[in-house]
Amino acid sequence: MDLTLANITHHYSGLPVLQDISLHIPAGQILCIVGPSGCGKSTLLRLIGGLERPDEGDVLQLGAPPPDCLNPLTYVFQDFALLPWRTVRGNISLVLEDHGLKGAEAERIISDVLARTNLSDFGKALPRQLSGGMKQRVAIARALAVNPAAMLLDEPLSALDAQTRELLMEDLLALWARQPFTGIYVTHNLSEAVRLGHSIAVLSRRPGRIREVITIDTPPPDRRAGDARLDEVQAHLWSLMRDEAKAADQELLNV
Amino acid sequence: MSDATLPDTATPRPVPFRGGGFRPVAKRGVGLAVFVVLLLVIEWGTRAGWIGNLTLPRPSDVGAALVELYQSGMLWTHLGPSLARLAVGSLLGISAGIGVGVLIGLFSYIRAGLVPLVAALFPIPKIALLPLFVIWFGIDEGSKYALIALGTFTPTVVSTYGAVDNVDRALVRMGQSFGLGWWSIVRKIILPGALPGILSGLRVSLAIGIILLVAAEMLGAEHGIGAYVLQAGSLYDLERLFAGVVILSALGVVTSWVIGLVEKRLLRWRG
Repeated sequence: MDLTLANITHHYSGLPVLQDISLHIPAGQILCIVGPSGCGKSTLLRLIGGLERPDEGDVLQLGAPPPDCLNPLTYVFQDFALLPWRTVRGNISLVLEDHGLKGAEAERIISDVLARTNLSDFGKALPRQLSGGMKQRVAIARALAVNPAAMLLDEPLSALDAQTRELLMEDLLALWARQPFTGIYVTHNLSEAVRLGHSIAVLSRRPGRIREVITIDTPPPDRRAGDARLDEVQAHLWSLMRDEAKAADQELLNV
Repeated sequence: MSDATLPDTATPRPVPFRGGGFRPVAKRGVGLAVFVVLLLVIEWGTRAGWIGNLTLPRPSDVGAALVELYQSGMLWTHLGPSLARLAVGSLLGISAGIGVGVLIGLFSYIRAGLVPLVAALFPIPKIALLPLFVIWFGIDEGSKYALIALGTFTPTVVSTYGAVDNVDRALVRMGQSFGLGWWSIVRKIILPGALPGILSGLRVSLAIGIILLVAAEMLGAEHGIGAYVLQAGSLYDLERLFAGVVILSALGVVTSWVIGLVEKRLLRWRG
């Protein structure tokens, strides 16, 4: 299933946050969206997943999602959004219950996604017992459980420390290599974007417009540190964003 | 510049400790000790005569009055009806309060319509309405149930909709993003998320319930702790008056303890 954004414009109480965004995300590829803080990246992701309605423009699905897909557009949130009163298994079962999956079938799916995210030993743990990295793994497992046609990742690694970030990045790459998923990955971290994205869309500061879409041909799992092309892309991204980020940093917040 | 004012750079000195404090630490038995010391001082004062016997009763006499109350079998005659009234009245008030509070938390129209009404009801001294309740619900148990129910209703409503408002909206958004139905979100995300706030609101509601129980029993009840206290008070029988007060205190401690148990059981996930 491909996703297309057609001329999306959005306002918050009269203030334009996104202007004329058009993007195409082909199935099985990851699009990274980078931009300075407050450029509307997260808003754009909420629009794509249908959590908010754009003022103008459309988000379009092309083609049908796979038949066993329970929730075509599935989020992974920066703050994990796990229910603290449910165990790891309970949190995953939450998103299956409403699709009528209970009992043995649900148990099978839960055990499968826990195994894929190396969480098999933690099924009975409560969220408060887990580290940030483990919580995000649970959130990823929960997203995998509904077999999404597209994963919408909203700064999934931003709340984690540098080492955990590295580990989870490797996990994400391995998951994609095993079963390529369509992904939209919002981040402010340029090296994450260069590691993971088939293409990278750079947004300007508010109101967010698309400055440039850069494609990288090397498949994400084959990218190695020190690759000249990757370094070049990252330097180019930074040159695009540097002044924007500086201006965004010095803006007064009057929201 | 003399050398004497310069610090001695040769010998190493430990860094002075400046942290610590400003953090409550559990101290076992201190509460009980304060209680015991207070009682002993009063006992001593009343025996030595520097506390007049019209000012305070002797704690040992209050204890004797309690024992006598128990041995005569009158304790249950008074406590039984009181407990029944508290249970029925607060059960009615609390369940209606939680229901209305959740509805206010979920629906904007109900919130707009009922929050001003609840704000208007809350500060009314419910005891002032007792004569009205007697006419509406009769002099028997009905008016007492109604008084306790209304008294526990308003604080429960306020704490419940506050608790619903405080449920993390990120969790609700997560539920919507996974296509959970409205009822599922309410049942599996809003209600468990609001439970801590609802339970801590119940502590306040039940304390108010006990206060109103006594007030109701002071007007037209043959048996009940309130009636017992009123009777003792009008005879200026300080020992029995205080025995009644001790029972009410104990009732408050027990309800608070029960809620603590429920919290420990239902909110185990908070750790």
